[in-house]
Amino acid sequence: MVSVRQAVRAWAVEMKFSLVDQTKLVTAASELARNTLIHGGGGSARLEALEDGGRQGIRLIFEDQGPGIEDVKLALTDGYTTGHGLGLGLSGSRRLVNEFEITTSPGEGTRVAVTKWK
Amino acid sequence: MDRIPILKMGPFLLVTIQVDMHDRLALSLQDDLAERIASTEARGVLIDISSLEIVDSFIGRVLANIAAVSRVLDAQTVVVGMQPAVAITLVELGLSLPGVRTALNVERGMELLRAALESETLGSDGDASTAF
Ligand SMILES: Nc1ncnc2c1ncn2[C@@H]1O[C@H](COP(=O)(O)OP(=O)(O)OP(=O)(O)O)[C@@H](O)[C@H]1O
Ligand SMILES: [Mg+2]
Repeated sequence: MVSVRQAVRAWAVEMKFSLVDQTKLVTAASELARNTLIHGGGGSARLEALEDGGRQGIRLIFEDQGPGIEDVKLALTDGYTTGHGLGLGLSGSRRLVNEFEITTSPGEGTRVAVTKWK
Repeated sequence: MDRIPILKMGPFLLVTIQVDMHDRLALSLQDDLAERIASTEARGVLIDISSLEIVDSFIGRVLANIAAVSRVLDAQTVVVGMQPAVAITLVELGLSLPGVRTALNVERGMELLRAALESETLGSDGDASTAF
């Protein structure tokens, strides 16, 4: 968790994201990494640097082979949790990035990809 | 396992979070503080988070829990020094830190704690102030 946060921070600094955008991206990474670990039973995190017509961005991909999410719409509601959390991880991190993509099926796992553009 | 140091300053406890806190460290701080409040009969807790680069839902929950437990043990909690970028992110994430008082820096936080303690002592002396 801490190492994912540190890696994301290092990349965001390297790519000269503003301090606020760095903070948003690292916070989103922290939420999603924790979900992968706690709800997904562990998985992987991948970082990608994007370049699109002079625009720069960072994409983070979190993947696990855990139980998946039955009702994605519900899981993305502020305050919805099946654990003891605040239920803000998914809905909140979605607000902190520009693009948010979730692919999941019950019994097979969950993949969340988020992108922040500079 | 490493721990976050808790300093005693008069009737208050002072905690400075220096590191990128991992989850277990945050939970042990929660437990350590409750014990120290009880053993030192502290009346206030000041938590300096100026070195924290993010506050996510987990840290937010720990801070809210600390405030709630302190209140039950008759101590006030003030969180000070939140970086502006952290504050902006926290609001957008949707965290509201229920029951957590905040102040800009350590001095202001100390003032808040002292004022709370004073008004309490005055209040128990009788209700002369309400005559105004
Ligand atoms: N990777 C995942 N695998 C399986 N279920 C997940 C995963 N991520 C999220 N969920 C489900 O979606 C719900 C909402 O997630 P969200 O991160 O918003 O809240 P939370 O983790 O319960 O609490 P917190 O506010 O502490 O993050 C979770 O309670 C869980 O049921
Ligand atoms: Mg979560």
